[in-house]
Formats: sequence, C-alpha cells, structure tokens
Amino acid sequence: MTTVLKAPPLRRAGGKATGPKVTGRKNWGYTALAIFFLAIMLFPVYWMVNASLQPNGTTLETSWFPVKPDFTGYATAINEQAGNLGTSLIISLGSVALSLAIAAPAAYALAYFKVRGAGVVLFAILISQMIPGIVVANALYTAYNDLGLLNSIPGLILADSAHGIPFAILIIRAFMNGMPASVIEAARVDGAGHLRAFWSIVLPLSRNSLITAGLFTFLFAWSDFLFALTLTTTEAVRPVTLGIFQYIGAYVNDWSSVMATAVLASIPAIVLLVAAQKYIAAGTTGGAVK
Amino acid sequence: MSLATDLPHSEGRASGEAAKTPGTGAEKPAPRRRSRQRRERLFQWLFLVPAVVYMTLFFGYPVVKNVVMSFQEYTTSTFFTGEAPWVGFTNYVTVLQSSLFSTSLINTALFTIGSILGQFVIGLALAIFFQRKFPLNGILRSLLLLPWLLPLIVSSAVWRWILDKDSGALNRFLGDLGIIDTGIPWLTSTSLALIAVVGVNIWIGIPFNLTILYGGLQEIPDELYEAGSLDGATGWKAFRNITWPMLRPVVSVVLVLGVVYTLKVLDIILGLTNGGPANSTQTIATQSYNLSFHEFKFGEGAALGNVLVIISLVFAVLYLRASRRAVDE
Repeated sequence: MTTVLKAPPLRRAGGKATGPKVTGRKNWGYTALAIFFLAIMLFPVYWMVNASLQPNGTTLETSWFPVKPDFTGYATAINEQAGNLGTSLIISLGSVALSLAIAAPAAYALAYFKVRGAGVVLFAILISQMIPGIVVANALYTAYNDLGLLNSIPGLILADSAHGIPFAILIIRAFMNGMPASVIEAARVDGAGHLRAFWSIVLPLSRNSLITAGLFTFLFAWSDFLFALTLTTTEAVRPVTLGIFQYIGAYVNDWSSVMATAVLASIPAIVLLVAAQKYIAAGTTGGAVK
Repeated sequence: MSLATDLPHSEGRASGEAAKTPGTGAEKPAPRRRSRQRRERLFQWLFLVPAVVYMTLFFGYPVVKNVVMSFQEYTTSTFFTGEAPWVGFTNYVTVLQSSLFSTSLINTALFTIGSILGQFVIGLALAIFFQRKFPLNGILRSLLLLPWLLPLIVSSAVWRWILDKDSGALNRFLGDLGIIDTGIPWLTSTSLALIAVVGVNIWIGIPFNLTILYGGLQEIPDELYEAGSLDGATGWKAFRNITWPMLRPVVSVVLVLGVVYTLKVLDIILGLTNGGPANSTQTIATQSYNLSFHEFKFGEGAALGNVLVIISLVFAVLYLRASRRAVDE
C-alpha cells in the first residue's frame, strides 16, 4: 500500500507544474483512486456496521455482507446500554455548557484586551495539552475521593471539560482575533457595558466558532474513556465508552451486540461529520496550528 | 501563539517567547484616564478568572499533587487513614529499577516512532494526492476524517474483532487469498501485538495528519511551482525543492503534536490488548495506570506518570518553538 501511496507526489508536482489543463476523464480516474483509498480506510467502519447487523450466535463467522440484516444486536445493545448512553449524553451536554461558559469570556479577554498575564494563560493552555491524562486522573482520583465526587455526573463533567476548555479557548479566540474591533468599540461608545457588548454583540457574531467549539467539546466528552475508567468505580454512573470496554474486557461471544453498541456510540461522530462539515474544517485547522 | 506577541506586559516564561517580536498595541493612557483604565483592567480579568481557576484546578493541581504523591507511600489504606508517609525517592527507585520499566520504555518508543512514521508518511502522501483537482475531492477527503472522530474505545473494539485470530476479518481475508492457512494471533502473540497496536494507531492518526498537511500544502503559492517548472523542477525535484521546504513549519508542528499525543495514548492499548500479552504492549502510560488503579500503588503510579511528563515536556519545548516558527512565517 505504501508504494501506491508514495507515487502521487511525483505525479502531482509534475501535473501542477504543467498547469490546470487536465482532462475530465483523467480526473475521474483520480476520483476512483480516492474512493479506493477511502474504501481501505473506512473498512473498519463498514465492518462495525456489518457485524452489528449479523444474527448473533448462529454463525461463528461474520459474513462479508449483511444480506439478511438482523437487529437483535441492537436490541441487546439498547437493552443493556441505554442507561449508559443517556449518562454519556448528559455528561457531554454538561461539558459543552461548562466549557463554553468558561471558554467564551476567556477567549474574548485574550483576543481583545491587553490583559496583564494573558501570555501566561495562553502558555498554560499550550502546556496543558502535553500533560498526560493519566497524571491528571491519578491526582483527581484522590481529590475526588475526598470530595465525594467519584461516581458522580458533576465529577465527570468537570473532568471531561479538561479536554474541551483549552481547545474551546483556542478556537474561539482565533475567531475573535479576526473580528473587527470597530464593532465592539461602536457598541461601547453607545454606552453598552462590557457585559452587554459581550453578550449581545460579541457572542452572536462568534456563533460559528461557538458551534465549532461546542461540537468538538461534545465529542471529546462523549469519547472520554480515561476519566470514566478511573473516576467511576461502581455502575451508578457509567458512560457508554466504559460499557464497551467492559463488553470487550470479558471473553466476547456476542460481537453483534458489541458492534451495535459501537455503532450507537459513533452516532455523534457521524452526525458531526455529515451535518457540520465546515465546522470540522475550522476545528481541525484552528485548534492545531493557529 | 500570535496573541502572545502582542502582549508586551505579559509575565513569566511566555514573555520571553513574546519579547522576541517587539510588542505593538497597548497605548499609554493619559493620566486622568488611568483610574478608569484600572477598573477596566479588573473587569477584563474577571472574564479570564473562571478559565484560570479551572486550568489551575484541573491541570496545575494534578501536576503538583502528582509530584507530591510520587514522594509518598500512597496506597489504598491512605484513603482510610489519611496517612501517606514520606518515602523520598523510593517510588522512583522502585519504578525505574523494575524490570518492567525498560520493557515499557522500549514499547513506548517503538509505539510512538512507529505510529508517527506511519501516520505522517501516509497522511502526507494522501494530502499530496488530494491536492489534485478531481470530482468529489472535498466529500471524499472529509469522509476520511471519520476514523479520527470515532471514540477511541469504539475503534479499539472494532479492530479487536477485525484482528481476532479465529474469525477476524483480516485473517479470513488473508485466508481467502490463500496467503495463510491458520489464523495469525495478531493481538495474542507477544511478537505481533505491538505491531498490531501500532497499525491501529496509525489508522487513527492518518486523518489528522492528512488534514493539517493538506492545509499546509494549500498555502504554498502556485507561482512557485510554475517558476520551478521553468527551471526544470518538476516531479520529485519540485517536491524536494519547493513543497518540502515550504511545508517544514507545518511538518514540525504535526510531528511534535503527534509525538506528544502518542506518548500519552491509553485508550487504544487498553482496549486492544490491555498491555498484554505478557506486557508486550505495556507502555509507560499504561503501566502508570496499572500501578495506580490495579495495584493501588498511587505513589509509584505518580512517579511513573512524572517520568512521562518529563519526556513530554522535552517535546513540549520543541512544540512551542515549532509553533512559533509556524506563526512567524
């Protein structure tokens, strides 16, 4: 596979140098090649959906295609994991609310005011990305134990926001940096206080970046595994990621239910991909490089 | 990072970063407006306070607490008695001298280097491929993001089923092609498990590399290639002399971010192999998790976690330098 993939650089640079005169037929050839790459890359996703639709227990081997789709896997998954999915949903929504409430004002302050120490805050955000989750979990476990936050939804919302808040600050700040200062100044001249200018001018104008940050924050919290694993010890509060882990931890003889749960747990990612294309592009590039 | 350069008054190490670019902005206030400005300043800080408090509690405190714990004998009984005797460097000595340390250090290195190499080379090749204009380019490219957006534990579960020895899709595919007779124990053989785990992590990382590198490629002006082609720089030559040098800042950011993220990977390994078989996929991160949450030796877990922090910090410094260069250019 690597040899196939290594070829394009040569052809690409050459093609580009000779100008944009490429025939339509040639173009569709690249589309076919791209679909081939996509098929390889997305095979595991296909396999997840395929396996989730196979009747369980009847055959040892999953057939290559779901010729006769069977939904017992989903029935089992919903039966056993509906509560966990609900828990994940509550935690993720809570994490979005908390992250945006904390990140948006901070991003505004960092983008607009020459606040003393703002450089330190930005530096801290960058450094925080380097701290391994296990280090945070190790310390939080003991603190949570003392505070009675183990096995609690607020505890997980707070911990899961550790992925979302720094990311949201960077994304929203990058967007606000590009907002014309004159808009806010105009509002301020008209007598609006900081809070009003922020609430009724800055936030509405930043809607897209708030949505981007919110979507990713949701996904981070929804995907969280480490905090769920370390900060819960009973079944009282159990996100679906931990549900899946427990499925595969034991000897698995019912892959269709596991895969059905995996499909259900993938829904936010798929929704994000299909419904929020432009926000994703903004998120990946905005958060990582800028 | 760019904002830091606009803040001449920022304190601490960041100001060292910022000082290199002379500050702009921050006009000197007229004397009579000074007290008003002070009030403004206080107000502006209030916007930042929740974030500062949160970051302190969820990043600052854990790091400090972890350092403290690493010098204590912190066990399950600590939770009942509240006593965690000081033991100096005992935890570090125990952890670093354990036979498992060298295993997990080597595994961490192999896992990180293998993952990064695979993700980067394939990601770059795909990024360059998608530079071409062809129908459905945008849609196909964004569909490729899916592996990156799935929860890691979901990917682990799916791959665990694909790599299953007896009825996994990979072995069946290889069997149908006549390449193998009996199933390969991808995840249960001590010699193959690490390779399998690296392979899965490469799969997860390709979309991220593709997206960032594609963005970087888009910023290289077409004129450079046109000028290059006049000088006979096409194909491989154009890549070496134009694409690669222009892409360098983005490349360094991608690589360092990749290293830092890969060093702390836990979900994938726990989901696929749980560190086994016979510790053949145990990394520093998973071993730290085991010490704390399976053996309940929180002090030792903390000590090993700190070793990981130190390794990450080395790359963090590289990252900061790389990202500053990327912004400057």
